[in-house]
Amino acid sequence: MNQEYIISAYTENHIGLLNRITIIFTRRNVNIESLTVSESALAGISKFTIVINSSEDKVRKIVGQIDKHVEVLKAFYHTNDEMIYQEIALYKVPTTAMMESNRIEKLIRKYAARILEITHEFTAIELTGHKDETQSFFEELNQIGVLQFIRSGRVAITRDPIEKLSEFLKERDKVEAN
Amino acid sequence: MSTKRITGAQAIIESLICEDVDTIFGYPGGAIMPVYDALYDFIGTVNHVLTRHEQGAIHMAQGYARVSGKAGVCIATSGPGATNLITGIADAMIDSTPLICITGQVASPLLGTDAFQETDVVGISMPVTKWNFQITRTEQIPEIMAKAFYIAQSGRPGPVVIDITKDAQFGQIDFEYKKCTRIRSYVPVPEVSRPMLEQAADLINKAKKPIVLVGQGVILGSAEQELLDFLTKSGIPAAWTLLGLSAMPTDFPLNVGMLGMHGNYGPNTKTNECDLLIAIGMRFDDRVTGDTSRYAKQAKIIHFEIDPAEVNKIIKVDVPVLGNVKQTLPLITELIQEKSYPEWREEFKECDRIEYEKVIKNDLNPEKPGLTMGEVMRLLNEKSNNEGVMVTDVGQHQMVANRYFKFTKSRCCVTSGGLGTMGFGLPAAIGAKLGAPEKVVFSVSGDGGFQMTLQELGVIQQEKIGVKVIILNNNFLGMVRQWQELFFESRYSFTNMTSPDFIKLADSYDIKGKRVTSRDDLAKAVEEMLSDDEAYVLEVVVEKEDNVFPMVPTGASVSDIILESPKVEVES
Repeated sequence: MNQEYIISAYTENHIGLLNRITIIFTRRNVNIESLTVSESALAGISKFTIVINSSEDKVRKIVGQIDKHVEVLKAFYHTNDEMIYQEIALYKVPTTAMMESNRIEKLIRKYAARILEITHEFTAIELTGHKDETQSFFEELNQIGVLQFIRSGRVAITRDPIEKLSEFLKERDKVEAN
Repeated sequence: MSTKRITGAQAIIESLICEDVDTIFGYPGGAIMPVYDALYDFIGTVNHVLTRHEQGAIHMAQGYARVSGKAGVCIATSGPGATNLITGIADAMIDSTPLICITGQVASPLLGTDAFQETDVVGISMPVTKWNFQITRTEQIPEIMAKAFYIAQSGRPGPVVIDITKDAQFGQIDFEYKKCTRIRSYVPVPEVSRPMLEQAADLINKAKKPIVLVGQGVILGSAEQELLDFLTKSGIPAAWTLLGLSAMPTDFPLNVGMLGMHGNYGPNTKTNECDLLIAIGMRFDDRVTGDTSRYAKQAKIIHFEIDPAEVNKIIKVDVPVLGNVKQTLPLITELIQEKSYPEWREEFKECDRIEYEKVIKNDLNPEKPGLTMGEVMRLLNEKSNNEGVMVTDVGQHQMVANRYFKFTKSRCCVTSGGLGTMGFGLPAAIGAKLGAPEKVVFSVSGDGGFQMTLQELGVIQQEKIGVKVIILNNNFLGMVRQWQELFFESRYSFTNMTSPDFIKLADSYDIKGKRVTSRDDLAKAVEEMLSDDEAYVLEVVVEKEDNVFPMVPTGASVSDIILESPKVEVES
């Protein structure tokens, strides 16, 4: 059964790693729904967060292939339920629309969005949440008129109390010490 | 360690020497010229073989690596030089062959400018390398070269590409070389799990009809003796995969033959009758498993494997035993009971008798006038010391050679398994001869594959390499033709091939040779070929439309293996 999976991969911050990882999906004809890469809590180690729709069997094999790569420290996969995750969305609406009625104000209150900037021409609004939330906000806002809309890839942390990567690094140091 | 000030190009060669490299294969060109200039000072220390095409260089490096167990090294220039390596890199990747491929690159300021002979080699080779890296600064050379050798040769081996810009080759460094022994993010050999070993031992001790599948992991782990110890104590019949050939002697009493599409009748059918399947260093390739939904469903499965990504990739296993089989086999041998399975083994022998009657007899001692590939193999077995290296190309001859050639020593089978690269044979045999000069090396090719890389005869001539080149000529792309006959209503679409006079061709390279068209001349020609250490081209004109059997048709289950053409059955 296909469902959404979040893949987390910790890698060395080296040139070409992004390509190395994405070709694993390409080769298996799997589409990436969202992808975020940035430095992790540990300096020099990047964290990839990749969202795909897949069967568990397929995601397990993909993670196996990612994990196998020389410059990948560790890769995991989780279902949405197992993680706390967010996406950020930015919306640009005409400032005149704000002035003509209070509909936008009501939407901002309803979604707990916040205003980043107001100019004569436009107002920039930010909302952080799950995709269904940022999407629904977009759809409601767009009934009034949205000039621009952009959503980020996902960032996610596990519900486990311990960082799995630290365990891996400890293991590696233990092996090294022996 | 004292340091010395040298150029990047010299540092590359010095790094090779620090890794005990004695032979490299390559082809010069613009972006790699500084390295070739540096090589000029190392003539006599590092033996460089000038090939006739970069594909030849990499297949030679593969042949060298497969027989010697050391990383094969090849060098090419940027652009076309590097892209010509790609087939060999992909071949080495899927067959787990350790390789170091050094490619020149345009100077770093020109990267990404579409400069002359610039290609994105790192990008192109990414899906088919274990690791690759572009060196743009001279000071990176020793560390990256050390990493390259470590990665290529440790854990599950594989090819590594090091792309070096021309300016990095020209730059200077204080050279100091330290071998790499650890990379933080890389776990070459997973830790052995004691509970898994115990579970495996339990299954083995309870089994009534177990079978062992031997893969190349045994050879790559140098665990041949450990395998024999395990088999001898356990008493379990063992079949080998194509790449597992030579991991044990052909005549080892528990060896029940080859698995797979053109493997033996016994191990294929018994796969679906056994109660325990013990896979050792193999990856359940589709040519081995046939239809996976009908593969060993009745059996428990144990998988000894170094690469965690291979476990449960194709076949769900009951007990995975991760680790190098060199370590895990002795551990399991300790835990199991000494047993024998006389009745179960008798079942294999019965299969052998059936296969002998239906297939082998006619292959090895044919009564029809046309020569068979099988009888050539029989003669090689009879006339040689059985310690030779069998290097094959891809196709019908590959299956026949590997079915019938007798192996007595490990690392004596070199064949393109996973990728099935036609043109692999001749250059791989040249590399194998340089990697194992004391052994007789047979290069067996069909007329099709031979013509893909025959220019490497020039290397045999120039370097005086005593390879015994056997061309089994059926004037067809035989394996494709066989499929056309069986599955495409004999519509022989572009498989009929005209060949040059191979003996005249050999003569133009100053290589002796003989063309044999009748059975009466064959034995004498084989004897003549083996009478000295020099190169020889033996062309045997074989029956045009012979088929290789047994065969597991694509999509069929291993137990649906056929011993003769379905057409024949209808007629009889």
